[in-house]
Amino acid sequence: MQLDAKIPGGPIAEKWDRHLFELKLVNPANKRKYDVIVVGTGLAGGSASATLAELGYNVKSFCIHDSPRRAHSIAAQGGINAAKNYPNDGDSIWRLFYDTVKGGDFRAREANVYRLAQISNDIIDHCVAQGIPFARDYGGLLANRSFGGAQVSRTFYARGQTGQQLLLGAYSALSRQISDGNVQMFARREMLDLVVIKGQARGIVVRNLINGQIERHDAHAVVLCTGGYGNVFFLSTNAMASNVTAAFRAYKKGACFANPCFTQIHPTCVPVHGTYQSKLTLMSESLRNDGRVWVPKDPGDKRPSRQIVEAERDYFLEEKYPSFGNLVPRDVASRNAKEQCDMGKGVGETGLAVYLDFADAIKRDSKAVIEKKYGNLFQMYEKITGEDPYETPMRIYPAVHYTMGGLWVDYNLMSTIDGLFVMGEANFSDHGANRLGASALMQGLADGYFIIPYTVGGYLAGTEFADVTPDHEAFKETENDAQSRLTRLLAINGKRTVDDFHKELGLIMWDYCGMARNNEGLEKARKLIQQLRAEFWENVTVPGTGQDFNQSLERAGRVADYLEFGELMVLDALARQESCGGHFNEAYQTKGHEARRDDENFCYAAAWEYTGKEAEPQVHKEPLIFENVELSQRSYK
Amino acid sequence: MTKTINLTLKIWRQSGPEVKGRLETCQATDISTDMSFLEMLDVINEKLTLEGKVPIAFDHDCREGICGSCGAVVNGRAHGPEKGTSLCQLHMRHFSDGDTVVIEPWRAKAFPIIKDLVVDRSALDIIIQAGGFISANTGGAQDANAIPVPQDAAEKAMDAAACIGCGACVAACPNAAVMLFTGAKISQLALLPQGRPEAAKRAIKMLQAMDGLGFGNCTNERECEVECPKEISIVNIARMNREFFKAAFFSEEK
Repeated sequence: MQLDAKIPGGPIAEKWDRHLFELKLVNPANKRKYDVIVVGTGLAGGSASATLAELGYNVKSFCIHDSPRRAHSIAAQGGINAAKNYPNDGDSIWRLFYDTVKGGDFRAREANVYRLAQISNDIIDHCVAQGIPFARDYGGLLANRSFGGAQVSRTFYARGQTGQQLLLGAYSALSRQISDGNVQMFARREMLDLVVIKGQARGIVVRNLINGQIERHDAHAVVLCTGGYGNVFFLSTNAMASNVTAAFRAYKKGACFANPCFTQIHPTCVPVHGTYQSKLTLMSESLRNDGRVWVPKDPGDKRPSRQIVEAERDYFLEEKYPSFGNLVPRDVASRNAKEQCDMGKGVGETGLAVYLDFADAIKRDSKAVIEKKYGNLFQMYEKITGEDPYETPMRIYPAVHYTMGGLWVDYNLMSTIDGLFVMGEANFSDHGANRLGASALMQGLADGYFIIPYTVGGYLAGTEFADVTPDHEAFKETENDAQSRLTRLLAINGKRTVDDFHKELGLIMWDYCGMARNNEGLEKARKLIQQLRAEFWENVTVPGTGQDFNQSLERAGRVADYLEFGELMVLDALARQESCGGHFNEAYQTKGHEARRDDENFCYAAAWEYTGKEAEPQVHKEPLIFENVELSQRSYK
Repeated sequence: MTKTINLTLKIWRQSGPEVKGRLETCQATDISTDMSFLEMLDVINEKLTLEGKVPIAFDHDCREGICGSCGAVVNGRAHGPEKGTSLCQLHMRHFSDGDTVVIEPWRAKAFPIIKDLVVDRSALDIIIQAGGFISANTGGAQDANAIPVPQDAAEKAMDAAACIGCGACVAACPNAAVMLFTGAKISQLALLPQGRPEAAKRAIKMLQAMDGLGFGNCTNERECEVECPKEISIVNIARMNREFFKAAFFSEEK
């Protein structure tokens, strides 16, 4: 297989415009003859469904929740980037592009990132027109704040609920199209597999989560917007239902999976506090605008925070990175927190936490100002920990948050299967080895509102389609496969629960394929995952039946896929013998413990192709060419 | 500090929409007070699974109080006893050793039960589909700063927009009215200049949809405001009523 990213020619600033002109168009009257399936209703899926329907395509939209308003985009707190330069602080499309390429540690595709920066401004315009209540200054103009990895204020926000507001905007646009009959909405459906006919993605097989029925849905193109795979770690900031199944099934049908080992560990999360814990909660990165990160200077100093005076504190980020201070990118902040804790300087009961302290900001700006900026985040922290962050500093620790890896896509966001498009966190394209804060919302909406409407059209206009109905043999076969998998899961009747397996897998991934990795650990993890997977298929117990609402069965299917996918992550991490962004192999670090890239040998996206049950997946390399941003060691000092 | 407590749970069990449900008693032992309420249910479910029984079905997802999936009536109160808290954010430190805790699904004619604590809230989507949007197609919007929005209006719009669509307002209302939910969306969009062109149509269509779905009427009980996990004010209901009357008297919308 030859990967062709289909990057348009010409100077980077003109590529997208040129491509828009070159893409074929579908006549308005013909659009209604095309069916497009969109799986997922987060920022990417919701916006894509709405926009494709506005254009006149027949859209069938699927979500796992009871309503298309609940996808985990809703939990994004801090904001969305755009190169508007409203604060007049020197921002530009070029700077946003530059920051994002650099922040991703030079493992993203330049052309995609530039397009993202270009579109960022249109997103803000559109979202304001939709009625998103962004924060505003006294004069009524839009307010901005700063985020990690940038020295300009380019982040637009709606209190600490930016993701919620943007998602509800997409949901409202989608709702309008549903009521106009342009979108058929299928809620409480889980995609179990992709149907590929003559090399084209032509439909999906889903399970109706209420009555357990397997349904077949056909279309001319399928758009996956099914999010990331952070829950492979069991504990993450992802929602409970977030899973890799749709993407992984597509992988097994021929879509290459790119850079699966690129996972983002977010520095500011509420620390783990018990084995019963079901998930971790993020405290927005925007808090690092005003909060100062510190630990006691002396290892083992267990005095309460307020008894440790200024001279006895180590503000390690400010110390080490004077120009970016507490606003270094996430991977850098996380690794430094871990380093401090490894030295015994961690705080709290477990010693696995650092302080995020607002005392100075409250003294400087008043409690009222801080409350207005971060009130809901402080409240959230208080609910979880029972501590008041206005009085005592927050305790934070890194947690799995986002996955930069995903299905490989070309410039049109099409995977290696014709007609299968992948957007948002589910694809791999724009964030390289580390995503900057406030960039995920930007990417999801750029993909859904402003890219896919054109590129799907280009595909449909230029493709011959055979007549396909859900009675086609390929649909029957795919349904049978999905059904027999469910039957098998229900019949094992073993002694361990699904969650029990999931937790064990999560620990393996966290210990050996988490914030710091080494070859020995990765080799070990691979064996452990294989053993655990074998045990799962012999010893898991899934109560209930397949014919009704059965949450245990849903989880079992997802964990089964994670048990295979985890191994792919480990393989990818082993193959990438360098450190970059979120992928930190201990053997490759600079003297200052920063990630040391090997551009000579690893300046590529690794796209893994499934080659059969017993066979090793095969890696294909898309070389990354940097013509506009010079490859350099990232420095935030 | 972390400690553990023992509780007696009385949980609503109902295997399907047409089946008669009942409260079943079970013991929750050694529950850490740092657990969230849903983590406590996870522990119970793990136990039920290992005993070969069917675990309790409940909707949940983000577990940080923003997706609006979860919700149950705990000891007679939607989302439990804490103010401004969704069920996933309710922690066990608010319960005492030996407590009996009664857990029931949202009860409203418009929210039929699917299984145990899971209800069908699609009526809320239908209300939004009737008009809870601004008809702005993608592309072609003017610069975001072209129309200034007074900060005060933007803040009030945000207060209303914070609704997570969980349905607690309906469950808390003695009439099972959905006025707070509907009023919040109408208010958000009515407060912003971008939402004005469709304000009259929106108010009429959304209220019509609401009336047709089996929800009750508002009789100013104010229970919704008390139980709303996002503490959305009933001022939004008043604003909705104003929008509705304005539309009915002074516009040509029907």
